[in-house]
Amino acid sequence: MSTTFDPYASSRETTEGTVYSVTGGDWDDLVTEIGATQEERVVLNMGPQHPSTHGVLRLILEIEGETVTEARCGVGYLHTGIEKNLEFRNWTQGVTFVTRMDYLSPFFNETAYCLAVEKLLGITDQIPERASVLRVMLMELNRISSHLVAIATGGLEVGALTAMIFGFREREIILDLFELISGLRMNHAYVRPGGVAQDLPEGAIATIIEAVKTLRHNLKDTEKLLIGNSIWLARTDGIGYLDIAGCTQLGITGPIMRATGLPLDVRKIQPYCGYETYDFDVVTATSCDAYGRFLIRMNEMEQSLRIVDQCVERLANNSGPVMIEDKKIGWPAQLALGADGLGNSLDHIKEIMGTSMEALIHHFKLVTEGFRVPAGQVYVAVESPRGELGAHVISDGGTKPYRVHFRDPSFNNLQATAAMCEGGQLADVIAAVASIDPVMGGVDR
Amino acid sequence: MNTTSDQRGLFGVSGSGDTSGYGGLVRTKVSPGSSERPYGGYFDDVADSLERAFPEFNEAIEKVVIDRDQLTLHIRPKKLVEVAKILRDELIFEMCLGATGVHYPSDTGRELHVVYQLLSITKNQRLNLEISVPAAAPHLPSLTGVWASTNWHEREAFDMFGIVFDDHPGLTRILMPDDWPGHPQLKDYPLGGVPVEYKGATVPPADERRAYR
Repeated sequence: MSTTFDPYASSRETTEGTVYSVTGGDWDDLVTEIGATQEERVVLNMGPQHPSTHGVLRLILEIEGETVTEARCGVGYLHTGIEKNLEFRNWTQGVTFVTRMDYLSPFFNETAYCLAVEKLLGITDQIPERASVLRVMLMELNRISSHLVAIATGGLEVGALTAMIFGFREREIILDLFELISGLRMNHAYVRPGGVAQDLPEGAIATIIEAVKTLRHNLKDTEKLLIGNSIWLARTDGIGYLDIAGCTQLGITGPIMRATGLPLDVRKIQPYCGYETYDFDVVTATSCDAYGRFLIRMNEMEQSLRIVDQCVERLANNSGPVMIEDKKIGWPAQLALGADGLGNSLDHIKEIMGTSMEALIHHFKLVTEGFRVPAGQVYVAVESPRGELGAHVISDGGTKPYRVHFRDPSFNNLQATAAMCEGGQLADVIAAVASIDPVMGGVDR
Repeated sequence: MNTTSDQRGLFGVSGSGDTSGYGGLVRTKVSPGSSERPYGGYFDDVADSLERAFPEFNEAIEKVVIDRDQLTLHIRPKKLVEVAKILRDELIFEMCLGATGVHYPSDTGRELHVVYQLLSITKNQRLNLEISVPAAAPHLPSLTGVWASTNWHEREAFDMFGIVFDDHPGLTRILMPDDWPGHPQLKDYPLGGVPVEYKGATVPPADERRAYR
């Protein structure tokens, strides 16, 4: 068929028909070639390496002309076996693994896991107030940074480059806060069973207040750019439609469910970490489409800033421990943030090595052996930026988890791809998948 | 209370003498067993409505476990779809959020478990359904006909544990490659890894290290 060999769009014959591999080059040549085959139905493989599939997601699309007749997802390209690995580390080390699952919302993974471990231990009521407030504040900041990436990459994928620049610019402010507080921009392992790893560093409150102010100001840029923008509306309005019946059947939660008008939010229906004491609204829309989900994300960022304000006020007025009193569970290491990152506090090392033999023994036992968790299983859910993130944790009474399963919202929500895309235009698949906001690290775990 | 397994020693030593003095220690691990009425909270309401709606309650439900304020109904595989439909239509558990596969090698004859997590938005209630099947014949009915959301979760349980969900519309591997041998999250499947040299010493992979249990 092909008269000249094109290294970017080569073709080969198979029993299923001609297969074209497109990796760049002149698109017109390929279109001419496919046009010559008189074939209306084309099966298009998109990804896993593709700039518009939101990570290593593979889409298998059957198209007739510009219309998508079937859409299927291929996942698993980022499977890292985190759940299996957890079974070989102690309970505290688990945090280091789960934080890497959905890498855009690490604090949610950590908190869900820790809440589950704490529920198994029966110490939910003993978590210090300040630790809970810190968890809530970091989760809400994390919700903003995650939503910013959702809007930024979604914008990029439909061609709105400025939205991408704005989104990542604002996210940087939040990542700087994370770095200040936990020592790391991502994969923090900051929330631990029993509390959090360490208290806020000096001057953090002022920095957070300043950052919130900047965020409030800068978020208006994205608002002005996209809300009501006719090009943005043309790409998202009415796209990726999924109503409440579809969402319920497909187990969809988060912004997609709230875009149908149902205020389903775990923070309100089954509060954790003291969310019932914060003043915030659950944002909904009624359009069931990609634009509605975008509006929800924009408004949720404002609500999250409201919660952060309340957290800052509580943190500024109350000091207190950030780790559980029980020395059999609370990690003994006093961490300190040095020039080379987070590490053991030198004062603590001096104490256990120089003055207190008992403290040394205790430190050694807890760090090498860990604590035992009574046998049983719990399922604990938190509201992540993408919907209900559930940690199903099973203990057999040992020092390591027997089984940990994460019900990741991205994994579940991707099932809606077919319902959202079939019958629509090829270009709308990108907008619809972007509105699901899947994070492949969470999907594949 | 249910005994899950007996454990000898404390340090996970195998293949060499344990000089710690704890080698003869036998610890019995117990997991929460069946609960008795009254269950407390909304759990009694769920059980009552289920009993009313489903005359064969005792045939279908092996045991009811209330642990840490969470309700888990252990269902016999044969009755699973019937119970699920009643839970959805009459007890209004609209959503099935997911399914977790678990492997208990010591639970002879019922080694593989699946736990479904249900949510009722209307009544703001949650419960878990647990089903166990033997590893030799790991078949149970699929719930995709009741809640479509279970599709991918069941595929994951099949991929990771080899549990076969009959009547599933497309039970293929989802996370591992199609030609992958074995089911990685079974307890007898090795974690894998290579020894790593660090400052002159060799550190074995995580599943071969001495570790507390």
